[in-house]
Amino acid sequence: MQYNQRLLLKGNEAAVYGALLAGCDCFFGYPITPASEVAHTAALLFPRLKRPFIQAESEIGAINMVIGAAASGRRAMTGSSGLGISLKQEGVSYLAAYEMPAVIIDVTRGGPGLGNIGPEQADYFQLVKGGGHGSYHCLVFTPNSVQEMCDFTVLAFEMAEKYRMPAYVMADGVIGQMMESVQLPDPKPYDYDPDWKMGKIIDGKANYITSIYMEYDDLEALNRKLQNKYREIERTEQRAEEFMVDDAELVIVAYGICSRIAQGAVSELRAQGLKVGLIRPQMVYPFPNDNFKKVVENGKAKVVVSLEMSAGQMIEDVKLALECKLPVELCNRMGGNVPSCAEVCEAIKRIYKEYTK
Amino acid sequence: MSTEKIKFGRSNVFFDPFERRPGPIKTNMHYCPGCGHGILHKLIAEAIEHYGIQENTVFIAPVGCAVFAYYYFNCGSISVPHGRAPAVGTGAARATPEKYVISYQGDGDLGAIGFNEFIQAANRGEKMAIFFVNNSNYGMTGGQMAPTTLPNQVTMTSPYGRNVETEGYPMKVCELVNALEAPVYIERVALTGTANILKARKAVFKAIENLKNRKGFSLVEALSPCPVNLKMTAEQVNEFIDTKMTQFFPLGVLRDRSAETPAGNVPEEPVRDPEGVKKLLFTAKEEGAADAEKIVNNSELFNDERRIRVSGFGGQGILSLGHTLADMARLRDFNVSWMPSYGPEQRGGSASCAVILSRKAIPSPLVDSCDLLIAMTKAALDKFGYQLKDDGILIYDTSAMEKPEVKPGQKVFGLDALAIANRIGNAKCANSAVLGALAAILGKYALTSEDAADYEKVFTEAITESFRKKPKVVEQNIAAFNAGRDEMSSQLA
Repeated sequence: MQYNQRLLLKGNEAAVYGALLAGCDCFFGYPITPASEVAHTAALLFPRLKRPFIQAESEIGAINMVIGAAASGRRAMTGSSGLGISLKQEGVSYLAAYEMPAVIIDVTRGGPGLGNIGPEQADYFQLVKGGGHGSYHCLVFTPNSVQEMCDFTVLAFEMAEKYRMPAYVMADGVIGQMMESVQLPDPKPYDYDPDWKMGKIIDGKANYITSIYMEYDDLEALNRKLQNKYREIERTEQRAEEFMVDDAELVIVAYGICSRIAQGAVSELRAQGLKVGLIRPQMVYPFPNDNFKKVVENGKAKVVVSLEMSAGQMIEDVKLALECKLPVELCNRMGGNVPSCAEVCEAIKRIYKEYTK
Repeated sequence: MSTEKIKFGRSNVFFDPFERRPGPIKTNMHYCPGCGHGILHKLIAEAIEHYGIQENTVFIAPVGCAVFAYYYFNCGSISVPHGRAPAVGTGAARATPEKYVISYQGDGDLGAIGFNEFIQAANRGEKMAIFFVNNSNYGMTGGQMAPTTLPNQVTMTSPYGRNVETEGYPMKVCELVNALEAPVYIERVALTGTANILKARKAVFKAIENLKNRKGFSLVEALSPCPVNLKMTAEQVNEFIDTKMTQFFPLGVLRDRSAETPAGNVPEEPVRDPEGVKKLLFTAKEEGAADAEKIVNNSELFNDERRIRVSGFGGQGILSLGHTLADMARLRDFNVSWMPSYGPEQRGGSASCAVILSRKAIPSPLVDSCDLLIAMTKAALDKFGYQLKDDGILIYDTSAMEKPEVKPGQKVFGLDALAIANRIGNAKCANSAVLGALAAILGKYALTSEDAADYEKVFTEAITESFRKKPKVVEQNIAAFNAGRDEMSSQLA
C-alpha cells in the first residue's frame, strides 16, 4: 500500500493518526459527541496495526484501562468530551501520583451538566487546574487546526513520557469536527520500554506501582517532587504563537477555534488602522506567562482581551501572568455559540476605543 | 523436638522477609489476627509458584485491607483506584497479553463501587483470574455495611441491623456472574478450617491453571473471616461463616468449563516498526493517488478566499457534496476546511456544511457569509439565504422550490439534480450532478479555460478516491456530473 501522507481529515481523526504514528500501543474509549470520531477512527485503525482497541464500559473503565496498559510499559490513550472527562478525573489523579504517562483527547462541549454538544471551552478549569483530588497538573495542548490535532498528539506522547505525567490534547467541538488537509508525519521508530513499569525485575525484585504513602513525610516528599517537576515545566515548556503583538496597543489572547477567529479579526482591524495583536497559547498548562511579561515590558499595550467560549476560565491565568500590570477584559460566548469574526471585531473596537482615547 | 508436619511451606513467590512492608515488622503480614487474607495470599502464592508463572504475573491490588498486597508478592503489581482493578487488569491483559493478570478484590471494591468494572470484564471474558474476598463487611474502614452483609447483621452503618426493606438482600456475586456466557470457571469457597481451606486451595489452583492456559475469566469467591470487625473470636467467626453466611452464599462450583475450553493463544505482536506501519495503516481503498501530476490552479477567482455553504435535508448527501468539493480543493493544493453542522439540527433532519478554500491560511472554518450557496430544500434556502454575498451564486433544486428572488448582483441557477441521478440509476449521484452544473457555471463566469478543463479531471480524481473499490459507482457519478454539466450548459447558452 502507498503511505498516504496528505489527507483530508477531521480533527478527531487526525489525533488518532498522530497517536499511531507516535507509537501509541492501545486505545480505550467510550463514545460521546463531539468526540466520537476519535473512538471510531481508533476502532478502524488500531486493529490494522494489531494494536488493541477496546470500547470500555464507561469513561471510568477507559481511564483505568489506560492505567493498566501504561503501568505495563505501553503507550496508551483515551478520548472523550466534557462530562466524560469529568468521569475520568479519578484515574487522572492516580496517573499523576503514579507519575505515569498517558494521552487524553478532550473535544470540549457545552456545560455544566449535560449541557449540549455545541463547542464550548469550559473544560479549562478541570484540565488546567487539576480536576481530580490532590496537587497535580497535566500537560494541556490546545491545537487550533486539524494539522495541530495530529502534531500535538505526537508531541503529547513525547512530553508525557519525558515528564512521566498525563497530557491532554484539548480541542473544542469545532476543531474536532472540522476537516482540513493534513500532512502526516512519518511513523516514529518504536523504542519504548520504561524501567519503572510494573514487573520489571530489578535486583531480583519485581517492580510495583502504588499511589499510597502511609507515612506523611513520604507523601510530602512525593508532592515536593511533583511540584519541582511542574516548576521546571513552567519554566521550560511554554508554547505560544504571536501575531502582530510587537506594536499592539490591544492584545487578544485566544486558543483553539477562538484563536482562528481572533486572527481573522486582528487582520481586519489592522486594515482599519487599529493596533491589535494576538497571543495564541498552544499549551495552556504550562501557561505562556513569558509572552505576557514581554507585553508588559514592551509598554505598548494598554489592555489585554481574553476571547473565550466559556464564562472566562482562562482569564484567571491571563491576569496571573500579567501580575495586575495591565487591565484584562473578557470577550466571550457560551452555550455552544461560536463568536463570529464581525462580533469579535465590534467588541474589540469598543474596548480599544475605551483604552486608547 | 518438633512433631509439626509442614505439608505446604512458605512459597518462594513471597518476599522473605517482607522488606517492602514499612516499619520494624518484616516477618508478618499487616492483617489482623484471624483474618482470611493471609490464607488466601498463601494459596495464590503457592499456585503462582506451582504453575511457574511468577515472572509474568501481574497482581492488581484493590482498595481495602489488601491494598498492600505488593508488600508480600514478588511479582509485578500495582495498587489501583477503588473498584477499578478489573478495568486496570483489562488494560494490562490487552496491552501485554503475555502477562498473567490477577485481580484481588474485597466486597466493597468488587461488589459496590467497582461492580460495573467487574461485571463488564467478566462479560468480556477477560483472560484474568479474580479472587473475591467476601467477609460480609468493609474491613479497612472499620466494619461498615457491605453489599454482602447479611440481613439484620449489625455494622457501623447498619447499627439497627441490615434492613432488607431498605438495604436489600446480600448480593450474590457468583450467581450474577453465572448468568453471563463468557466466564469459564466460577466457584465459591470458605477459608474456615482445614477441610475448607484445602478445597479453596484446589479452586485457587484451578483459577491459576486457567490463567496460565489463557482460557478466560475465572472467579473464586472466598468467604473470609474478619473477627476483629465482626467482634467475634476465631471460632465464632468460622461458625458464623459456616452456618450463617453459607445460607446466602452456598459453597461449591457454580460453573466449570475449564476442561472443554481450549487454551488460548497470545495474540500476534502489534506492528510497530515504521515500515510496517506505513504498509498497513491504509487499505487499498484509501491509498493515495501516488503518481498524480502536480496541477496548479491559476484562476483569479481564487485569489480571494472562497466560502461555500451546502445545505439541505439529511440523507441528500449534503455533507458528502461538501466533502467532495473539499477533496477537490485538497487535490489542487488549496488550503481547505470543511465544517459540518453536527449540532442538534443534524438529528432534526436538516443538514449543512461549510467549505472554505483559499491560497492563504484559512482563519476560521465557520461561515457566516458565502460566495456560493447550494440549497437543496426550501427550508435550507430560508435558513441560509441571508449568508449569500451580494455578488454570490445560488444553486437551488428545482424540484424543491420555485425560482427564488435574488438581489441584483447575485446569480441564480436551478437544477433538478435528483431527476438526473434517477435517470442514471443511482439517486445518490445527485451530488455529482450539482458539481457538474457548478463546473458549467464556473467555466462560463470564473475559471480560466485550463482550470475549467481541470475541474472535471479533479472531480474524477476525487470521486475515484472516494469509491476506489466501486468502479460502477464512480462511473455513475461521472455520468451524473456530465449530465448536470450539460444541462446547465444548455441553460446558460
